[in-house]
Parts: sequence; structure tokens; C-alpha cells
Amino acid sequence: MSNAPTLQVTDLKTHFFTRAGVAKAVDGVTLSVDRGEVLGLVGESGSGKTVTGFSILGLVDHPGRIVSGSIRLNGEELVGKPEAELRRIRGRKVAMIFQDPMMTLNPVLRVDTQMIEAIRAHEDVSEDAARQRSREALVRVGIPSPDERLQSYPHQFSGGMRQRVAIAIALLNEPDLIVADEPTTALDVTIQAQILYEVQKLCAETGLAMIWITHDLAVVGGLADRLAVMYAGRVVEEGPVDRVLDAPLHPYTHGLIGSVPSHNRRGARLSQIPGMTPSLLHLPEGCSFAARCPRADDACRVMPQLERFAPSRAARCHHPFIAENDGQEIDLTFNE
Amino acid sequence: MAVTDAGKQPAAREIAPLPAPPAEAPLKRFLSDFAASRLATGAALLLAAIIVVAFLSPVISPQDPYDLATVSVLDARLPPGSENFAGYTHWLGTDGAGRDLLSAILYGLRISISVGLASGVIALFVGMAIGLVAAYVGGRTETLIMRVVDLQLSLPAVLVALILLAILGKGIDKIIIALVVAQWAYYARTVRASALVERRCEYVEAAQSLGLSHARIMFRHILPNCLAPLIVVGTVQTAHAIALEATLSFLGVGLPQTEPSLGLLIANGFEYMISGKYWISVFPGLALLLTIVSINMVGDQLRDVLNPRLQK
Repeated sequence: MSNAPTLQVTDLKTHFFTRAGVAKAVDGVTLSVDRGEVLGLVGESGSGKTVTGFSILGLVDHPGRIVSGSIRLNGEELVGKPEAELRRIRGRKVAMIFQDPMMTLNPVLRVDTQMIEAIRAHEDVSEDAARQRSREALVRVGIPSPDERLQSYPHQFSGGMRQRVAIAIALLNEPDLIVADEPTTALDVTIQAQILYEVQKLCAETGLAMIWITHDLAVVGGLADRLAVMYAGRVVEEGPVDRVLDAPLHPYTHGLIGSVPSHNRRGARLSQIPGMTPSLLHLPEGCSFAARCPRADDACRVMPQLERFAPSRAARCHHPFIAENDGQEIDLTFNE
Repeated sequence: MAVTDAGKQPAAREIAPLPAPPAEAPLKRFLSDFAASRLATGAALLLAAIIVVAFLSPVISPQDPYDLATVSVLDARLPPGSENFAGYTHWLGTDGAGRDLLSAILYGLRISISVGLASGVIALFVGMAIGLVAAYVGGRTETLIMRVVDLQLSLPAVLVALILLAILGKGIDKIIIALVVAQWAYYARTVRASALVERRCEYVEAAQSLGLSHARIMFRHILPNCLAPLIVVGTVQTAHAIALEATLSFLGVGLPQTEPSLGLLIANGFEYMISGKYWISVFPGLALLLTIVSINMVGDQLRDVLNPRLQK
């Protein structure tokens, strides 16, 4: 069991059945996260990162639903579980941290109310015991004077503090996995760095597995152990974070990294990926990146499979950058 | 980069904690906001006075207007300020049965306000629960509930209450039922409108991601965020309920003669209006008017105070 990944998602498909047609927001995602590991999930807006996260928690709203695939948490299949059982897993084994800390705490309830109910939703403990645990959770995420803070309302906290509270709430029931959906995007960089540091420490100390959804390559570069890049509802590349950022296999990852402004290329034209993400309602046959890809040819009319290129690396491409990673400069500040 | 550097500067995180901002007492701020309008403050004070006087009516009214031993038909229709045979002054005159009008108005106010409040509160709870479920569950349930609400609101409230009372008969309990049925839809629509907005908020998703039960999310998380408009509609609808009850009693389908509300008093004096005996209808009418106007003014001010968009 110790070798089995905490989370194993296999060929997950979550589609939205809208009036305009079927939007394949997640269309065959495969990923795994081990104990104590941080998986960075990156991609553009609309690539299916967030829907993947919500699917893992079983919180896909109407008109969307998980069409097929498997989500195993510690070997336990979550797809197809009745809502009542999913609710017992949510918050207890899997927790979520959301993007905007201004919005995720209920403005009319005190912090202690919100924390205590999160504990008591899953465990039959006394209010005092729950309060004590809430206090410890606040200390763990570095919130000073926790007793005072427990008595406060969310509007009395700054953005960074609120996100810490949100993380503390996610930690309350000591989940095995936390899905963090762009949790630092709304914070300024200094606060962001502090929170990333706390999160890294927590994962290392407690064996917590984490999926960190973001579009900020600099953040995952510093935080994640492994990286999965999503495009149009699929994982197109996956591997250890340094390797993927240094030598991307997939042309899309290549383009993504190239679009990050860096110090060294000051004044130089920023490369960009031409075109735009395809509509999820009308995905092209074959590789969905082909229309924007400089390396595309006839072979790309057939959907490539996610292939292993090294024991730890995989990409979904007919023409990956192998060996010929021709020293083209991929310079990101976090590699110093 | 910064991520790993942060580990070397833990000192930055151990700076003396900022004192938590003083918790501004919400009640105090609410009261000072409310008092900003003198008119509304006056209306609130008047309303408070009316309610106190109405509920103390058995103690403070000069006569028990429904104790037949103290009422004499010989004193019927005395104009305001006249003395009766017992040497007692009827400041507001007497009605057709010789009852002291001031006392009758005080007793009538008590009944009118009780009925208005009781039906207002019951309708609020019923409408609130239904509207909340509609907004939260969505889909067909919501459509069904809201079409019923639309149907209900397309009929005038008086008509709905009239039909019901014609079926149910007279009595305080029956008029409360009729008023609740005539008014729950307003609350349901109000709650649904704000709950629909709140339901899309991230804190609801966050609560779901914590595995909280639906009932808890609905009533503990969403409902408190919908209270402001509900309070406003509640005050205005209570005023409506009082007016509606008066209307029904005036029409003779509301309360029985043994429990005369203001509407019944007005109706009793109506036949004497043409003969110049104005006071029997006018004074109960004035009492009703003052009550409703003061409730509405309080409601208006509440709407301004509780609406975050209008706050300076």
C-alpha cells in the first residue's frame, strides 16, 4: 500500500452536456500523485485543470458529469460512488483550496464556527475538542494569535491570512490529498512565497499529497515535484518538474515555457503560441494542438497516445523534442 | 528562487502579530446608520409606542369595550369629548353600540398587530424555506415551485384571501392561514433571488468540498447571507398583512364581531358617515394609517441601511 499512489486517475472523462453540444472539458486525463508529493497541473484557461480537480472531489455541477474513467484514492474507486459516501470522503480524505480567499470563507460566519463545523461534519467530537484542533491548525499554517483569530470574521483578515485560514480548514481532518485550485494567484508575491513555503513543509512533514493547479510556471517550478501539462482536456506532457521545464517534450509545453518573459531576453520578442485554444465543443480530429503546432504534419491527424519517453516522462505527441533538444534557450528565472 | 529563500527568513513570519482590528459592533453601526434619518427614527419610535400601547390595552384603556356590563346603548354615537351618564368623558366619542372608541381602538390595534405579525412571521418562515430549497435544488423542482409562486402573485392577495375565508369561515386562526397563503410567495421569491446569487459563491463550493450536508449549507451558510432583503420584505409585508386583515374585516369576512380589529371598527362606523358622525370610522382609520405608514417608513430605512450598495 505504501507504494501505491495516493491518487490514481485513469482515463477520466468529464463532459458537459450543454444546449450547444457536448463540451469535453476533461477528455481522457491520466495522472497519479504519491504520498508527500506535489503535482503541478498547468495549462491555459479552459484546458480542463479545474474540472479535473472538481471531478476528483465529485463536485461536477449540472450539466456536467463524469462520463468514464476511474479515480482511485488509496485504491478506493470514487467514480460512481453515491453522493452520501462521497460527502464522507470530501473534507475528510480529499480537501480543496480555492482561488479567491476573499470568496471561500462565508462572510457572515466566524472563523471558529466554520472550522468547528468542518470537523464535526465528519467526526463526533465535542465542540471544545474541535476548537482545540482548529486552533492547532491555525498555528500550523503560521497564523499569529490564533485564539483571537478564531473569534474573528473573515472580513477582519487580509487576503494572505484568509488563504492561510482556508488552508488550515483544508488540513483540519488531515486529508490524504489536497486539490489546490490556483490558491496563490490572487495574492501578492511575498505572501505567495510564504504560503508556498508552508505548503512544501506540510507535504514533506505529513506525507500529504497535493495537486497544485496553476497557470504560473514559476510557482510550480519552485513548488512541485512533478508536472502535468494539460491542453484541451488532456494531459499532453508529464514528468519531473525540472526535466519538463528544462527540456520539454511536447511542442505545447515548449511554447508555454517560451511565452514566459525572462530577464535574459530583455528587448527580444517574446515568443507566443499562434492561434487559440480550440473550442471544447468542436475538438478537431487527431491531435488537438496540431493547428497551432510548428511541427505538425499528416501524422497528427491521428490522436497520439500518451507515450513513455523515459521511466518518469511521458508526452502525447507524434513529434516530440527528443535528443534534438537543440540547446534552444529555455530560460526561466527559477532555474538559478 | 523566492520559494526556497522564504525558508531562510522565517523571522519575517514571526513579527509581532498585528492586533486584530477592533471588532466594530455590527448592532451599533446598524443603529447609528438607521438613526441617520430623523423621519425614520420618528417612525420607529411611533411604531414602538403604538405596539406598546396596543399590547397594554387591557391595562390602560379606560373601558373594556366588550364587557357588556359597562357599555350602555344610551351612550351610543356620542361625539368626541362628550360625557356619558356615568360622568365619564369619551375623548374620541362612542360607536353605535355605546362603546368608548378610544378603548375599542386600543383593543382593535392589539388584534390587528397580532394578526399581522403572526401571519407575517409564519409566511416568512414558510416562504423562506420554500424559496431556499427552490434556489438550492434547482432544475425541475425550482421551475415547479416558481411557477406556483408566479401563479399566486398574478392573483391579487385580497382575492386569494377572500376565496380562502369564504371556504374556511371566520376566526383569528383562519384569517392567519388566509394571510399566510396570500403572502408566502413574496418571501419565496425574495429569498430565491438572493439565494441564487449566494449559491454561485465560492464559499458554497468550499462548504460542499468540506462534505457538509445540504441542509447545513442551505440554512447555515446561504440563508444568513440572504437575510437583509428578507428583513426589508418582512416589514413591508407585515404592514400589508395588517392592511389586508383590515380590508377583509371591513368586508365582513375577517374577524368575528367578538374580536373586532380596526377594519371592523371602520366598517361599524361606515353607515353613520353620511349623517355626519365621522368619528366612529375616522379615528380607527387614523390609527390604522399611522401604524401602516410607520411600519413602511421603518421598512424603507431598513432597505437603505441593509443594502450594501447604498452604503457610503
